[in-house]
Amino acid sequence: MNDTKTYGEFKTSWCPGCGNHDVLVAVKEALAGQGILPHQFVMVSGIGQAAKIVHYLKCNGFNGLHGRALSPAQAVKLANPEMTVLVESGDGCTYGEGGNHFLAAIRRNVNITLIVHDNQIYGLTKGQSSPTTMTGHVTKNNPLGVVDQPFNPVAVAVAMRAGFVARTFSGFHEHAVKTIVEAMRYPGFALVDLHSPCISFNKLNTFAWYKARCKEVSHDPGDWAAAMTVASTFGEEIPIGVLFREERPSKDAQLPQCAGEALYRKTVDMEAVKRHMLAYA
Amino acid sequence: MVEIHVAESPRSWETKEIFVHEELHLIMGGEAGQGLDTVSGLLGKAVVRSGRHLLAAQHVMSRVRGGHNNFRVRIGSRPVQGPPDTFHLLAAMSRESVELHKDKLKSPGVILADAAWELPDTPGLVAIPFAELAARPVFRGVALLGVLGAMFGLEASLFEEQLSEQFKAKGDEIVSSNLRVLAAAMKWAADNAPRLPLPPAEGPGGLLTMDGNQAIVLGALAAGVRFCGYYPMSPATSIAEGLVHAAVEMGVVVEQAEDEIAAANMALGASYAGARSIVPTSGGGFALMTEAVSLAGVSETPVVFAVVQRPGPATGLATRTEQADLELVLYAGHGEFPRAILAPATLEDCFYLTHKAFDLAEKSQGPVFVLSDQYLASAARSVAPFDLDGLAPITNPDLGDTDPGNYRRYNWDEPISARRIPGHGESLVLADSHEHDEVGHIIEDGGIRVRMQDKRQAKMATLLAEVLPPEFSGDEEPDLLLVGWGSSCEVLREVTAQLRDNGTRAACLCFTQVWPLLPDTFMPRLEAAGTVVAVEGNSTAQFAGLLRKTTGFHIQDTVLRYDGRTLTTGFVMERLRPILEAL
Repeated sequence: MNDTKTYGEFKTSWCPGCGNHDVLVAVKEALAGQGILPHQFVMVSGIGQAAKIVHYLKCNGFNGLHGRALSPAQAVKLANPEMTVLVESGDGCTYGEGGNHFLAAIRRNVNITLIVHDNQIYGLTKGQSSPTTMTGHVTKNNPLGVVDQPFNPVAVAVAMRAGFVARTFSGFHEHAVKTIVEAMRYPGFALVDLHSPCISFNKLNTFAWYKARCKEVSHDPGDWAAAMTVASTFGEEIPIGVLFREERPSKDAQLPQCAGEALYRKTVDMEAVKRHMLAYA
Repeated sequence: MVEIHVAESPRSWETKEIFVHEELHLIMGGEAGQGLDTVSGLLGKAVVRSGRHLLAAQHVMSRVRGGHNNFRVRIGSRPVQGPPDTFHLLAAMSRESVELHKDKLKSPGVILADAAWELPDTPGLVAIPFAELAARPVFRGVALLGVLGAMFGLEASLFEEQLSEQFKAKGDEIVSSNLRVLAAAMKWAADNAPRLPLPPAEGPGGLLTMDGNQAIVLGALAAGVRFCGYYPMSPATSIAEGLVHAAVEMGVVVEQAEDEIAAANMALGASYAGARSIVPTSGGGFALMTEAVSLAGVSETPVVFAVVQRPGPATGLATRTEQADLELVLYAGHGEFPRAILAPATLEDCFYLTHKAFDLAEKSQGPVFVLSDQYLASAARSVAPFDLDGLAPITNPDLGDTDPGNYRRYNWDEPISARRIPGHGESLVLADSHEHDEVGHIIEDGGIRVRMQDKRQAKMATLLAEVLPPEFSGDEEPDLLLVGWGSSCEVLREVTAQLRDNGTRAACLCFTQVWPLLPDTFMPRLEAAGTVVAVEGNSTAQFAGLLRKTTGFHIQDTVLRYDGRTLTTGFVMERLRPILEAL
């Protein structure tokens, strides 16, 4: 069994006290607990404060474009189903710029784990509202308060019958680690909406605010209707834990091309190419 | 090209035979949904199997039913280049088609039309009793096929075999109905229509019939493509469809993405994981992919984009052709990074250049483009089987794992750093969209930035070492030099031959790689020529502009086509007339 030191220590550019530090530790513990070594997984991210995490632990990493983390991540898994694939980015990257990819990834059900550092604000660009910013929240770009309704990622995911939908909070360390491990063990697309406070630009959704509201769920996660109700709850109470769970074969497990060795190991069968060519005779 | 002579007037039916030499030109017109594409495909394959050379270009509207489509077929004893402008034979499946195309008939020419239209007696009219030959409209395509087959003197077996294959999934009843209609139509034509024998079969036989996109698919398969990310868009979609067809057998994952942005980013993820990747698209879709092009540049990830052009701006003309996205592809993606753009001129190029594109992408660790167009993509042509055994091997990533603790993905000791594959060994592979250090970690240091930018840009040397020089043909030190690229080249070669036959000292310079350019390989040709004319399928002479930017050489005269139609020999000859007069 390895420990978190396996993944190294890196100097970060996150603010002291940022929830991202806690997420990083939780991810390292989840990896260590499962005995996954740095070369055995790929971490993919987009752009934002959360997305920098690729640079703060030893890993195979693909730090791509804003909003586009899910696209390369799914392709990595399809190209090499042996790899464990983790995606980490923020709420703006995943639900805003990457909204369409989020919906498509749920439908596609490739066996990857998406951990969204959800701080309900834009941190990297310093304080603009994000898709999960609450209505009425006064932000830099909404001096009169946010008019738009917030996006509820877990309710959308449950509505779409994503196979594994969970919510947790970086301030509840054990809960976060346990949830990440469970998500990684789920054999399909798993969403962890991980509330991780931004101490610099979100003075509303603070550690204390989440701590007072996050409560472990008690419903049967296999009960879709109950899960819809729980996932739709966000406010005075924020249900955390596995909100919905349903087993179905992942895409990478279903495509015959993905069976056996990784795609890069396959050699060109020139006789087969020739057959395809001569079919035009 | 030798002009074609019709020996007998089609009015003198008593001879029942019209001779064409070397080539026969046919146009078939009708509505979408009448099955003309099927007829064109079946006829084309039969013609090629009979030993003739073929080109069948399609002019279709962006609709599933109605409108007016036409297929222009050129059949020859020897390889044929470019679609014809005038025709020996018009096969009309709609009345509108007669009106639209009768002016394009050579004199004399033959018109096949439905007897039910009761057209006034015109020279060359052959009225086919479609209602008798095909009880249901759905069989009229096959009836036309039978009439054409009999007129051309083709064996019924050339069609029977194909019809049985094509309709077997629909059941024996459908197959036998088609065969009955075919037989009836062939018999009717033998008794009632003039014979129009095809030019003699001279070649060695064994030719294949395919279109440019199918050749791109084969080129990709031969290169070991493993991943295709796409979003449907005419005229590129059939590349993805071709790969889907081969996917399971050949071990290719073909993912229809939620949008073009995802398609391109998926291809980069797959390539990072070691899978050779292709992204087929057209201008509008490619425009959405440009940020990913930039990511391929900075992350040094190999990827092949097959950009099949159609007219823009925006939605433009969805099913027509143009060469107006050279500048889009050349400048796509913010920031500066090397790229190569290959522009196939022929079906053979579609195959060999796509194969080469995969090698260049891995060698230079970046984006490489195959810039085709709707004409090349959809025109079916006869072609000799590609030389699979003679293909150069494709460069591989570094499949080693030496000293994994010190592996640096962006090692700048060489412009081309060893690209390892995540999970292959213990080496950790970092790909980053930021400016980064040698390992791949985000940096802001100006010195590292400059060194890393210089390292990436130095890969131009790798691309320059592999540049395909333009092909020159015609008279040395010509009075008239035609310059073209991509699909305009075939027409230029034919125009050059005609000009030389007419006594003009002419030549053409045909580029199948439009970036990077190596001026030494063509400047002496430009400088030795009298008048130089750029011939392109766009309205601003984009390639001539690129040549001027790169070399300072200003091509003043242009022949440009941007009505969505293919450049043809007739079109170019017509526009060259004032230039020729001024020589």
